Amino acid sequence: MDATLKLLSLWSPGWGGVLLTGLLHSLQVAFGGYLLGLVIGTGGAAGKLWGGPILRDLLEVYTTVVRGVPELVLILILYYAGTDAVNQLTALVGLPSIDISGLAAGIFVIGVVQGAYSTEVLRGAILSVPAGQLEAARAYGMSPLLSLRRITLPAMLPYALPGLSNLWMIATKDTALLAVVGFAELTLVTRQAAGTTKAYMTFFLAAGALYLAVTLISNLLIALLEKRARRGLTRQGDAS
Amino acid sequence: MSDTPNAGTYVAPKARSLFEPHRLFLMAVAAALLFCIAWFMRWDWLPRYQERLIYGIGQTLLMLFSTAIIGFLFAVPLGLVQVTGPKPLAWAARGFCTLIRGTPLLLQLWLLYYGLGSLFAQYPEIRSSFLWPYLRQAWPYGFAALMISFAAYEGEVMRGAFAGVPRGELEAARAYGMGRFTLFRRIWLPRAIHRALPTLTGETVLQLKSTPLVATVTVVDVYAIISRVRQETFLTYEPLLLLALIYLCLTGMLVYAFKLLENRIPTRGV
Repeated sequence: MDATLKLLSLWSPGWGGVLLTGLLHSLQVAFGGYLLGLVIGTGGAAGKLWGGPILRDLLEVYTTVVRGVPELVLILILYYAGTDAVNQLTALVGLPSIDISGLAAGIFVIGVVQGAYSTEVLRGAILSVPAGQLEAARAYGMSPLLSLRRITLPAMLPYALPGLSNLWMIATKDTALLAVVGFAELTLVTRQAAGTTKAYMTFFLAAGALYLAVTLISNLLIALLEKRARRGLTRQGDAS
Repeated sequence: MSDTPNAGTYVAPKARSLFEPHRLFLMAVAAALLFCIAWFMRWDWLPRYQERLIYGIGQTLLMLFSTAIIGFLFAVPLGLVQVTGPKPLAWAARGFCTLIRGTPLLLQLWLLYYGLGSLFAQYPEIRSSFLWPYLRQAWPYGFAALMISFAAYEGEVMRGAFAGVPRGELEAARAYGMGRFTLFRRIWLPRAIHRALPTLTGETVLQLKSTPLVATVTVVDVYAIISRVRQETFLTYEPLLLLALIYLCLTGMLVYAFKLLENRIPTRGV
């Protein structure tokens, strides 16, 4: 027990600090990727609902491909392709090739993957906003942008939240896959710590506890958020 | 948006033909892109690895179906005890599902392979038992991790499915004088599986997308074969693109097969 505590201690001979730094990196990537995914998803949902035929088909290809190919494979492709593309671009402009940080590449990769899923979630949520509310907004003389901001987006939130919170959980867990491309997030540093000290069980269980803590705390916050977003709705939320 | 007749219910847009002008244009672009990929990238390694690739695809599918089927068998009791079991059992099942669903699969896999694997090796009893030749290999750990994960995710689905079977049907069965076991076998389980079927497609596709993780603990599946191709040929993109294509095809075939299955079993209005 004492030896375990020593291994997990936050200061130098112990690996606790390393694990926490890994967790911080994981959370940074998860958060950044999730936000990027939301931006892509909002654009994607808008494009799928109101875009032209070509845009719609292209978005369909995007969501289908991302949802049909394992995240691990996508991460490998995007990680190499993304860094390659940036370097080619800088070479084209005549700048020296820059070293892209693992963090930025990770956020990009997770964001692209998340974007496909949030496109579908947001599209579904926007569609479930009662049409009468939009017609009322139009009758009030609101412009499309104004009714999007004032009616569609706030009104779709309760429908989108369950899907979006699910996506956040997936984002936190998908960051573990970045271990395969060598990004020092929680799972990879755990394996390094375990490999160095040979205390495999200790470190993997500790990392599991950290991930679980993230999930449980997120669950609590999401429950609060959902309660707030649902205020004023009927109990089941199907206001139609 | 105004042509959405019934708020809340999504009405799919008219099925549009494949041969609209813009689609023909897009298909031409896609064909040109494919041609460029086939022409300008290196594919001469393909024949050499053909057999191993097919073997790898077989291993991936074997991993997928074995873990999904056995995982589903575990998911049924996991869901059931959460709905009707005694409190401690229900808590245990819920805790198990939360635990598995709250941590990354990669971490679970590594915990089993590196953690349990090193733990097993410390005990002479295990080392001398008949199981050791298996426990020394990687695939039992990969299999266990994938199966546990499928059981936990599907257990959650089954919980909802069991809870969602209308009370009236169960009461009718009881009124017929069915015992608890008969009621479960004849009414509750078939109705719950019926309700869970539509989600099974998605779960199975997710499971397919999880299988490449086992390659990180040296199980040989199609992903591992492609990794070896990349190491041996020093190519970055070609093998990965092929891998993505293989998985896309597998996903497509899975979805299609499940569609056929669902058409045979009417699940509408359940």
